Amino acid sequence: MNALVDVRQLSVSYRHGNLAVNQLSLTIAQGETLAIVGESGSGKSTLANAILGLLPGSATISAGELWVDGNNLTHARERQRRGLRGRTIGLVPQDPMVSLNPTLRIGQQIAEALILAKGKRYPGVDADIVELLQQVGIAKPVLRARQYPHELSGGMRQRVLIAIALAGNPRLIIADEPTSALDVTVQRKILNHLQRLVSERAISLLIITHDLGVALDRADRVLVMQQGQVVEQGAPRQILGAPQHDYTRALIAAAPAFATRRQPLARPAPTQPPILQLQNVGKTFALPKVKGEDATFVALEDLSLQVYPGQTLAIVGESGSGKSTALRIALGLEKPSRGRVWFEQQDVTDLSWRDFRPLRQRLQLVQQNPFAALDPRFTVFDSIVEPLVSFGLLKGPALEQAARELISRVHLPVSFLDRLPRELSGGQCQRVAIARALALKPDLLLLDEPVSALDVSVQAHILELLQELQRDMGIAYVLVSHDLSVVANFAHEVLVLRNGRVVEQGSVERIFSRPTSDYTRELIGAIPGQHAIASAA
Amino acid sequence: MTFLEQNLGLTPPLWQRRTRRQRVTAAVMPLLRRPGFSLAVLIVLFSLLAAVAPQWLTSFDPYATAPAVKLTAPNLTHWFGTDELGRDLYTRMVYGSSLSVLAAFLAVGIALLGGLGLGILSGFAGGRIDAVIMRIVDVLLALPGLLLALAIVTAIGFGTVPVAIAVGVGIIPGFARTTRAEVLRVKTLPYVEAARLGGASWGRTLLRHILPNAWGPVAVLATLDFGAAILATAGLSFLGFGAAPPAAEWGTLIANGRHFLITAPWVSLLPGLFLVAVVFSLNHIARTFEEVQR
Repeated sequence: MNALVDVRQLSVSYRHGNLAVNQLSLTIAQGETLAIVGESGSGKSTLANAILGLLPGSATISAGELWVDGNNLTHARERQRRGLRGRTIGLVPQDPMVSLNPTLRIGQQIAEALILAKGKRYPGVDADIVELLQQVGIAKPVLRARQYPHELSGGMRQRVLIAIALAGNPRLIIADEPTSALDVTVQRKILNHLQRLVSERAISLLIITHDLGVALDRADRVLVMQQGQVVEQGAPRQILGAPQHDYTRALIAAAPAFATRRQPLARPAPTQPPILQLQNVGKTFALPKVKGEDATFVALEDLSLQVYPGQTLAIVGESGSGKSTALRIALGLEKPSRGRVWFEQQDVTDLSWRDFRPLRQRLQLVQQNPFAALDPRFTVFDSIVEPLVSFGLLKGPALEQAARELISRVHLPVSFLDRLPRELSGGQCQRVAIARALALKPDLLLLDEPVSALDVSVQAHILELLQELQRDMGIAYVLVSHDLSVVANFAHEVLVLRNGRVVEQGSVERIFSRPTSDYTRELIGAIPGQHAIASAA
Repeated sequence: MTFLEQNLGLTPPLWQRRTRRQRVTAAVMPLLRRPGFSLAVLIVLFSLLAAVAPQWLTSFDPYATAPAVKLTAPNLTHWFGTDELGRDLYTRMVYGSSLSVLAAFLAVGIALLGGLGLGILSGFAGGRIDAVIMRIVDVLLALPGLLLALAIVTAIGFGTVPVAIAVGVGIIPGFARTTRAEVLRVKTLPYVEAARLGGASWGRTLLRHILPNAWGPVAVLATLDFGAAILATAGLSFLGFGAAPPAAEWGTLIANGRHFLITAPWVSLLPGLFLVAVVFSLNHIARTFEEVQR
């Protein structure tokens, strides 16, 4: 059988001498699903761009050959490549939030792809748009085709992007991290759907992902990439059951779904009073007045929780479930509409910013996006010591001493203090952000999705660091996450939120072994990699 | 030396914060390695030096007339030639820098102060204040800049300083708009929230986080408008609102030559070309800064 894509000893190098893909060979047969797994920087996106002929100007194919559907594309002209894009190869891009043109209606954007594929405008275009939208599982396709991207949720936008990729009736679809920006439950639905469409039409699928769980669940064959080279490839069962390479083993160990589930953290009976307590807290937002719609939006309803010193409470839910609102209320950034907030026996619900300020030394936040959490103009030193300077606690040599201690606490070399955030990787940025939060020696850290923007293997390191800090310094955590697999080994107690309501609340052991609500079961089922475990067992 | 130290296995010295000078050098050196940028900086420095100490750059007197050598073409003695009264044009141009550059500084200074102030106030306060300030800015934007400047000069009198004030007021709206947009963008970023949660007061957050990060596009606009201000002052002087003769100013120099454009084109052309070079250099510097920020 002739391979649809045949990459032979391909090398791609960037102008500044960086070899992104190094002598890589792979084939994709018609109808096969191949997954490429690797960390960011491993060259997997460069490879996908090379197959699509979309390498940036600074990158060139320096060696090897690239054949797609019987055409040699190694040094093909743009015209020939354009003929293949859309019609032979379709792309589902990474970030659904920015991959659609915000000024065009959904229908127009799909029509664009259809017309390009047909070569000319034709009368049945509207019917085809509706049909495509139906195929990718969008309800009310006629209405959706008339809407703009901002009116659709992230999951729906990703479905639209799949529809656009399908419009040219391609023989290969490249999905570049197709769901990493989405909630786990949505992620599972989209991948299921994509997989069904692909198998119905015998389209080949190339999934690019950093999540080994997703790859093992979905692919016929998995290819592990590190620093531009294939370190291992084989069937999912083989990769999971008998990994040959150290790097693969490290990836498997890092993926939360495969990590040997430790004994769930036993929850010692609270001897001290709770450090943070929310009592029947509710929050409603006023909406702009639109006729026929509700004037208010209930973000949070009747939420009660207690956090005990030295323990971790995890709040789990999808986007829009109110988990961030809960965190902001605890931090005093928002005032609750109902209910009380207690911090160590003190009612802080109605405190003004000025009165709350002394408490800030005890209560700190680690934010979701590590790249945006650091001021780009501040060196790591400036960022870390900023809280100390703001409170006027330390000066001069004492400040430098504190910075040295903090940076070694988060296991970064002292020389990093002179760097700027743009010279750091995502994981390193997050470590700096954690160091900044630790500067005031807080008793309670609020973690807002601290690892969701990071690669799986980096996630594991950051979570390890956080656990170590908890052991050493006895800090209490409130961890907000959409991913139950992150929570499993980390929290003492779990609280599941949906649409602002508490669905379930209990110790981590009980939630995982005996979930009482359907929604929790669905969340547990959505953890990627379970399918692979089941088939390997 | 360092190699030796490493070989001896000495413990590395304790980490120390870099000095201010080290940090500035690290930021400036890569810029100066660009030849175009260095040339532009040299031209701008030349005009600044001319403004401060013109006597260092020429040995002629800008006001000494010499009818015997009137309208001489450029030669080794008179680099830019002479005008209709035999005055050395290069000298007049050098001496004219002080008025032109002063006017440009004044104009951009007014625009920066007014624009930054209005922009920060309106971006930061929001709500009613924002709405009122932005409507006033809208009105100012609706008037062509030179027309507005003409109206102001007519109202407050002729001369270099009034012209500079007029030009400055004319470019405030652009600054206010840019600053406001940047402040609005930076205000919502996570690191601002992190600073607030770290106990920083609004004043500190504004000065240390919001202003430096919103400053970039505004600084680029300022460099760009510096050239525009020189042009606008020259334009107004050309029309006769600026410096009174015999004081030299770039605009009046160019205006003087218009009677001899056919017979002695250098009288207008050479000062004009110098003006173009300065404005061009400023634009280039602004563009380089913009590129570096990206």
